[in-house]
Amino acid sequence: MARRYSMVAAFAGLIVAIQLATHFMDASYHLTQLTMTAYYSLLIIGLCMLIGYAGQISLGHAGFFAIGGYVSAFLTTHNLSSYKGGAFASFLKKSGALVGRPDIYGGELLTVHPLLACVAAILLTVLIAYLIGGPVLKLKGHYLAMATLGFGIIIYRIPLGTTFLGAADGISDVPGFPLAPGVVISGASSLRVPNYYLAWGLVILGMALLLNLVQSRVGRALAALHGAEDAAGAMGIPTARYKLNTFVLSAVFASLAGVFLTHYNGGIGPSEASVMKSVRYVAIVAIGGMANLWGALLMSLVLNYLSLRGYFGTYDDTVFGAILILIMLFAPDGLLRRHLFTDLKRLVSREPADEEAP
Amino acid sequence: MLPIVWGKEPKLEFFFQYLVAGITYGTIYAIVAIGFNIIYNATGIINFAQGEFVMLGGMTAVTLNQFLPLPLAILGAVVITMIVGAVIEIVFIRWLHKPSVLRMVIITIGISILIRETALHIWGESVRALPYFTGSSTSSINLGGVYISSQILWVVGVGALAVAALSGFFNLTMLGRQMRACSANRDAARLCGIDAGNMVTLSFVLSAAIGAIGGAVVCPITYVQYDSGTPLAIKGFTVAILGGLGNSTAAVGAGMILGILESFSIWVLPTAYKEAISIAILLLILFVKPSGLFGSAEAARLKEF
Amino acid sequence: MTLLSVREVSKRFGGLQAIDDLSFDVAQGSIKALIGPNGAGKTTLFNLISGSLEPDRGEIVFGGAAVHDLSPDRIASRGMVRTFQHIRLFPKMTVLENIMVGRHVHSRAGFLAGMLNLPFTWKEERRIREKSLEILDLLGIAEHARTEASSLAYGQQRVVEIGRALACEPKLLLLDEPAAGLNMRETNDMGRLIEKIRDMGVTVLLVEHDMSLVMKISDEIVVLSYGQKIAEDRPLSIQKNPEVIRVYLGDDGC
Repeated sequence: MARRYSMVAAFAGLIVAIQLATHFMDASYHLTQLTMTAYYSLLIIGLCMLIGYAGQISLGHAGFFAIGGYVSAFLTTHNLSSYKGGAFASFLKKSGALVGRPDIYGGELLTVHPLLACVAAILLTVLIAYLIGGPVLKLKGHYLAMATLGFGIIIYRIPLGTTFLGAADGISDVPGFPLAPGVVISGASSLRVPNYYLAWGLVILGMALLLNLVQSRVGRALAALHGAEDAAGAMGIPTARYKLNTFVLSAVFASLAGVFLTHYNGGIGPSEASVMKSVRYVAIVAIGGMANLWGALLMSLVLNYLSLRGYFGTYDDTVFGAILILIMLFAPDGLLRRHLFTDLKRLVSREPADEEAP
Repeated sequence: MLPIVWGKEPKLEFFFQYLVAGITYGTIYAIVAIGFNIIYNATGIINFAQGEFVMLGGMTAVTLNQFLPLPLAILGAVVITMIVGAVIEIVFIRWLHKPSVLRMVIITIGISILIRETALHIWGESVRALPYFTGSSTSSINLGGVYISSQILWVVGVGALAVAALSGFFNLTMLGRQMRACSANRDAARLCGIDAGNMVTLSFVLSAAIGAIGGAVVCPITYVQYDSGTPLAIKGFTVAILGGLGNSTAAVGAGMILGILESFSIWVLPTAYKEAISIAILLLILFVKPSGLFGSAEAARLKEF
Repeated sequence: MTLLSVREVSKRFGGLQAIDDLSFDVAQGSIKALIGPNGAGKTTLFNLISGSLEPDRGEIVFGGAAVHDLSPDRIASRGMVRTFQHIRLFPKMTVLENIMVGRHVHSRAGFLAGMLNLPFTWKEERRIREKSLEILDLLGIAEHARTEASSLAYGQQRVVEIGRALACEPKLLLLDEPAAGLNMRETNDMGRLIEKIRDMGVTVLLVEHDMSLVMKISDEIVVLSYGQKIAEDRPLSIQKNPEVIRVYLGDDGC
């Protein structure tokens, strides 16, 4: 039991070490990109669950990220003060569902509370994921890839063609997200360190949940249906439902990532929904070793950070395209899986397997 | 950017103009779909970089046209794109043994990104176009009261010619028959002394050629940019599915259907959603009848790997 | 008492009538075999019974309820579990894990419980593990528990596949050519294992080409030819049935 979480603890140690390093090297401005990396990582581990464990590719996950980001951005910036007189609005305001704050011209801005907006975003994501996932996951191979790609493009086109979603400019001036008293997701530089820990704390929490899932009855069933879908069905595993549930779960991870990052950045633009983003996420999962949550998380940490810091320059997309090709040509099981990682993982968490029981 | 010269009488006139625009776009979609089919028939691969061939054809032709006469520039562009197609197959595809579908999808997506990014670094983000092959962008031909720009006739004519040439190639020439034999049963074809590997290379070359031709003819009307490949690929794929994967004759009909539907969708919906419409059609077909409008379910099952 | 009843079932693929108005019953606690020359429709019938295919006409009744329109997983959860002609073990999983998948229908931890690692799942996992180890003991392959299933010898993979099916605690076990690819000694062992399974109270329906195995262990045999039943009887009578002899010697020379 304790061993299952030893990797989690080690990773938490790494996160602390990185923060301390930036502190002592007087480079704490790196924490901004590292925090953004954390939220992208949240999406990546969810996608890893879908691609690596359930064996279903999605080339449209940036779409779910964008649904989360845009819904919460719109709801927390759209001014409802013209409805202020109404009984319903004042009830909502009293109950805390609506919050007021001054706008830049000194007027009052009445918007939906970020928490409520977040709930709305997640509900919409779940709804869309179920509606899309049902028919899409019946498809295989090229058809599945194209269908998810198509879904991603539709989602990309919607904000681009919709004025109240800011069209090509996106939505800005999104307020911080008070998760709990004293805990706000916000890009303010005074909150840089707590936000770094908050973001990675959320990633570690998500990671723990998914690691549990992988080791559970459901995880075993997913591995089975990935390996031999007909045999899994013959063993009584409802393969369609399990694939759909995993799809929705990974969509929720993506959507939450979108909500959080939008509040952290103070805005969102249509590029977050682009196909290239979706492809990039798949590339990271692939290089991490597909069915390897830790591999995906570490590669996400490294590659997203390098990309956000601008190390790839104008070759950003080229780098991810090249990664995809090279990995698929030479190491389709992923880099980390091929080499040290499997052995390392077995050493740390798999053996002796009997200790799984409490 | 509708290739339409507005007529004087409303309603019916508009209707024909939209119809003509739809047929123009439909031709291009059909050409992309046929490119998909050529490679799919030879290898079972969907080449996600198909749209990039069209983009390369247009871009290269524009560049070559700066110092070559138009026909030579187009010929040069087609040859260069064919070489790119061959290189892709030889470098990335040829030596893989029974790759999984997922692997091929990801590799061809990677290739499409590399081509697009290379184009971005060569040509930048600017939008380019070839001149009209005959006449100018403002001149038009009166066909029974409907004013059509001459380039549209070029697009439809070249498209029809390309389809005819391809079907002649596959049905009448030895090489074309060998390719069909390969796609029907690769091992048996090999036993008969056909080099299956070369047939696959040839399929990429042909597919690149038809894509480049399409790209060159259409670019005076639609313009071309480093990233214009992806939307074309999606729509070409939609058409290929609509007609039934691998069935190029049906792809022509399917191309017309999609082109016309898309063209008329502007009547009721904002232009910004035009692309979303055709993708929604794609999703709908995939959900309801993945074997295509003209294909049988059993044929689709056979082709699925 | 009848456990499985196939009633006037037909299935057509394009121009081929794979199964033609076929009826037979499987009695509880018996071993019933389906035989017939290649292309007789045995595999199609198996796929119809286990839910991978839906019949064009007729019905399949299992334990008193029609099951021909249910999905394979629903049918499995009702207690009818199959193996595959070409062994379909789960790759990259150990023998024990393969068997544990078989316990799926007898456990209930879902996505949420799994993610939250709820205490009841610990007990459930332990029970799954214990039960699976019991089955490995029963089959005599306990020493391979931690071996990756796909690295076992072919004959042992067959045993694992049957063990995985047994882990579902089926009422009816469908075996698709259990002796295919086995040598003579392994085939004999397989015969004894199938009898042992029947004696445990599990009804068995099998498709098999190995006549000596079929004749030795079956309580009853159904003979198929071109999708039709040409005989249904005890092994000794089947061996003497002139129609059966004609089909086998005349068409197959076997």
